[in-house]
Amino acid sequence: MRFLEAIGRALLRLLEELGRFFQMLWQAASWLVRPPYDVPEHFRQMVRVGVDSIPVVFLTTLFTGMVLALQTFNGFKRFHAESLVGSVVALSLTRELAPVLTALMVTGRVGSAMAAELGTMRVTEQIDALTALGTEPVQYLVVPRVAASVLMMPLLVILGDFVGMYGGYLVAVQLLGANPITYIENSFQFLEISDVTSGIVKAAVFGLIFSLLACVRGYYTEGGAEGVGRATTRAVVSGSLSVLFADFFLTKLLF
Amino acid sequence: MSAVAKPKPAKTPKIRVEDLHKSFQGKVVLDGIDFSLPEGKSLVVVGPSGTGKSVLLKHLIGLVRPDSGKVFVDDRDFWALSELERTAVRKKFGMSFQEGALFDSMNVFDNVAFPLRRSGRPPAEVRKRVRECLSIVHLPNVEGKRPSELSGGMRRRVGFARAIAHEPEILLFDEPNTGLDPIMTDIIDEVILEMKEKLDVTIVTITHHMESARKIGDRIALLAGGKFLYEAPPEEFLKSDNPAVRQFVEGKAEGPLTVEFEREAATAVSEGS
Repeated sequence: MRFLEAIGRALLRLLEELGRFFQMLWQAASWLVRPPYDVPEHFRQMVRVGVDSIPVVFLTTLFTGMVLALQTFNGFKRFHAESLVGSVVALSLTRELAPVLTALMVTGRVGSAMAAELGTMRVTEQIDALTALGTEPVQYLVVPRVAASVLMMPLLVILGDFVGMYGGYLVAVQLLGANPITYIENSFQFLEISDVTSGIVKAAVFGLIFSLLACVRGYYTEGGAEGVGRATTRAVVSGSLSVLFADFFLTKLLF
Repeated sequence: MSAVAKPKPAKTPKIRVEDLHKSFQGKVVLDGIDFSLPEGKSLVVVGPSGTGKSVLLKHLIGLVRPDSGKVFVDDRDFWALSELERTAVRKKFGMSFQEGALFDSMNVFDNVAFPLRRSGRPPAEVRKRVRECLSIVHLPNVEGKRPSELSGGMRRRVGFARAIAHEPEILLFDEPNTGLDPIMTDIIDEVILEMKEKLDVTIVTITHHMESARKIGDRIALLAGGKFLYEAPPEEFLKSDNPAVRQFVEGKAEGPLTVEFEREAATAVSEGS
C-alpha cells in the first residue's frame, strides 16, 4: 500500500506541476500583450540571458565541434569515409548538438538564477509587495524573463552553429591534416537550410520551457532559504530533463 | 459593538469584510471576521503573535484569497472583479510589510520611486516626492544605498515611505513601529495621524504598542482565535473589563488568551502523535 500511495502522491504532484506550468504560460501570454511595456527591463533580461551567456555557449560548442570532428574522423577512417567528417559535424551540430547543449548550459546558468531570484523575492514578501503596489508580478517578473529566453536562445544557437563548425574545421585541418577547401565544401554539401531552421525552432521552444519552469519554481517557493535552494535545484533538474524530453518529441514530430 | 460607528449611514464604507474564513493546511487562521471601515477612519488590530493579523491584512488588499466570505473595497466585491480590475483596485492601496519587503535589486531611491514611476509620474515630480517621503521618515541620506546595507528599523521606515509615496486612499501598516526606538515610534504615529487628518486616508494598522493603538485608532479590535473578540473606540477598549482585553492591555502571562494557546498546542500535539 505504501508503494501505491507513493505513486499516487508523485502523480498528483506531477499533475499539480503541469497545471502550474500551463497556468503560468497562459498568464504570461496574456500579460505580455497588455500595457505597460517595461522596455528597459526586457533589455536587461535579454542581456542577462543572451549576451552574458555568450562565453559559455562559445566554449561549449567550440569543444563539441572539435571532439565531434576527432571522433568521427577516427571512426570513419576505418571504412575510408574521412571526407564525410565535415558533413557529419555540420549536420549533428545544427540539428541537434548546438540547440540541446546550449539549452542545457543556459538552463544551468540562467534558469538557476531565475529560480533563486524569484524564490528569494517570494520568501521575503517582495512579490507580495509588487502586487500590493499595483504591479502584476507575472507581468513584471515572468514576462521579461521568458520573452528574453525565447528570443535569445535562437541567437545563441546560431552563434553555436558557427563556432562548433569552426571547431570541427580547426581539428580536421590543423590536427588531422584535412584539406581546408574540401573540408569546407564537404561541410556544406549535404547541409540544408531546414537543418539550421529546425535547430533554431527547437532553441526557441527550449528557451520557453526552461525559463517558464524556472519562473514557476521560483514563483511558488515556500519555506525560507531552504525552499529557495530546493527551487533552484529543481529548476535546473526539471528544466534540463524537460529540454531532453522535448527534444526527442520535437525531432520526432516536426522534422 | 461589531460595526464601526458611521457618521452618515448613507456613506458606503471604504472597506467592508463579511464573514471571512481562511485555513492553511487544515489550521484555521481566520474564523469569521466581520467589520466595515468608513472613509477617513482608522482601525487598529491588536492581538497575540501568530493569530492571523497579517493574514487579515493581506486579505484586504487581495494578496490572499479567502476560503469563504467577502471583501468589499468601495462597495465592490474584490474577488468578483476581473484580474485587470483587481490590479487597478490595488493601486488605491499602500501597504508596508513587517520586514519592509524592499526590492533588493534596487537602491532606496528606486524603491520609494517604484509606485510613482509605475503610475507614470514625470521624473522631476518623482524625485521631489521621494525626497519628501524619505524626509518624513527621517532618512534623508540613504537614497543611494541598497536595502541590504540598512538596519532592520531603517528598512521598515523605507517600506513605510514607499507605502505612502503615491498618496493612496487606503493604507495598510503591518507593525509599522515594531523594533523602532520610542522617538521613531512616535514620529511614525504622528505621520499616520497627519495623513488621516489631512488626506482623509482610510487606515488599517497592526501593532503591539497599546500607546500607538490608542493614538492612531478610531477603533481598536482584538484579534484572537480567528475572530474579533472585542472591538471598540480606544478609551472604551482600554477601560473594558473583557478578560481577554484586560490580559492583552496589561500584558499578563495568564488569562483567556493563554488558555487559547494551550488549547491549540494540545491539539497540535494530539494531531502529531
